[in-house]
Amino acid sequence: MAAELQVEMVAADRSVWSGAATLVIARTTSGDIGVMPGHQPLLGVLESGPVTIRSVDGGTVVAAVHGGFISFSDDKLSLLAEVAELSDEIDVKRAERALERAKSEADAAAERRADVRLRAVAGAH
Amino acid sequence: MGAQAKVYKRRIKSVSATKKITKAMEMIAASRVVKAQRRVAASTPYATELTRAVGAVAKGSTTQHALTTESENPTRAAVLLITSDRGLAGGYSSNVIKAAEELTERLTREGKEVDAYIVGRKGVAYYSFRERKVTESWGGFTDNPTYADAKKIAGPLIEAVLKDTADGGVDELHIVFTEFVSMLTQTPVQDRLLPLSLEEKAEEQEKKGEILPLFDFEPSSEDVLDALLPRYVEARIYNALLQAAASKHAATRRAMKSATDNADELIKSLTRLANAARQADITQEISEIVGGASALADASAGSD
Repeated sequence: MAAELQVEMVAADRSVWSGAATLVIARTTSGDIGVMPGHQPLLGVLESGPVTIRSVDGGTVVAAVHGGFISFSDDKLSLLAEVAELSDEIDVKRAERALERAKSEADAAAERRADVRLRAVAGAH
Repeated sequence: MGAQAKVYKRRIKSVSATKKITKAMEMIAASRVVKAQRRVAASTPYATELTRAVGAVAKGSTTQHALTTESENPTRAAVLLITSDRGLAGGYSSNVIKAAEELTERLTREGKEVDAYIVGRKGVAYYSFRERKVTESWGGFTDNPTYADAKKIAGPLIEAVLKDTADGGVDELHIVFTEFVSMLTQTPVQDRLLPLSLEEKAEEQEKKGEILPLFDFEPSSEDVLDALLPRYVEARIYNALLQAAASKHAATRRAMKSATDNADELIKSLTRLANAARQADITQEISEIVGGASALADASAGSD
């Protein structure tokens, strides 16, 4: 059996990434979960956090996902998020500035968003 | 030049200026329709996946949720009406408002009180002119709605549905918007969003020939449903906003196209009239000259 799964990562207003992968790691509300081909059908609620996709060519794609769902069946995996960005789309400087600002304004939601973005970028290197 | 011909010339000039404006607006609207259509298409994968997920939960569990349970005796309904901020779009706003009026009337006949939620200044103006109560209204983004706008709208609506009817909550949520069928056809549609019938969703999915497996829910089917349903409502509202925006631009394009055509007609008939007036001036001038010359000739012949 070809050990790969088809991944579709979609945000509310666009399709972010799609392709074949061997492993997807995401954080659900009850902990990190790794999905490999042949996993049993799954539907889970995602936490804001980085999602790691190991694509078939050996590369790694990391994306910052803010809330959403993961659903898997028949070796097809979809990641649904209101907002999702690939790590190379994230403007590090802007995220750092946003983090500073959020900390000084004690805006917990904005702080978490910026933090997730930065973690996603860190995970990519 | 005669006075009449001058008046015609001036009117031709002013109509030509108007025509230029309507032509420009037509072209702007045409490019916006394409953009809006692209955004509708870009939002489709998310909506499809979400609908699929809702179908999966519907099949995999018998969970009951406040947003999916029919009230036994519904007494209040919310109607979300999506209009535009600006006019110059032919019958766009009045058509969708008419559809909302029909729905409101039907709901009232069924003995339900109707709360109006309105998007777009045109709808708000219609209601406030008639001094009707508007529970909540939004505006300023109808040409180019974002997902954040849809979230902003969905928040209070979901809250109202979750609240007890006795405390001012509602039992049903209806949405009225203009569906973008094609460049030439946009139809106002009325749709009931909530309560959502899970059985129907599951059946729809099966009809599409897609057999959904039994899912493992993480952390539990209740929690998934809890998180899923508000997102589903948001996505539906977002889709409605995008379709309404595309429809509005298409309606504007059509209205401006017919305005440009009318201006063309007007210029044509005014040019005819101006030509006739000019010809009449010339004829008159000639007859005056001829008349004057013959009078002179007569006078000089008499003096001989």
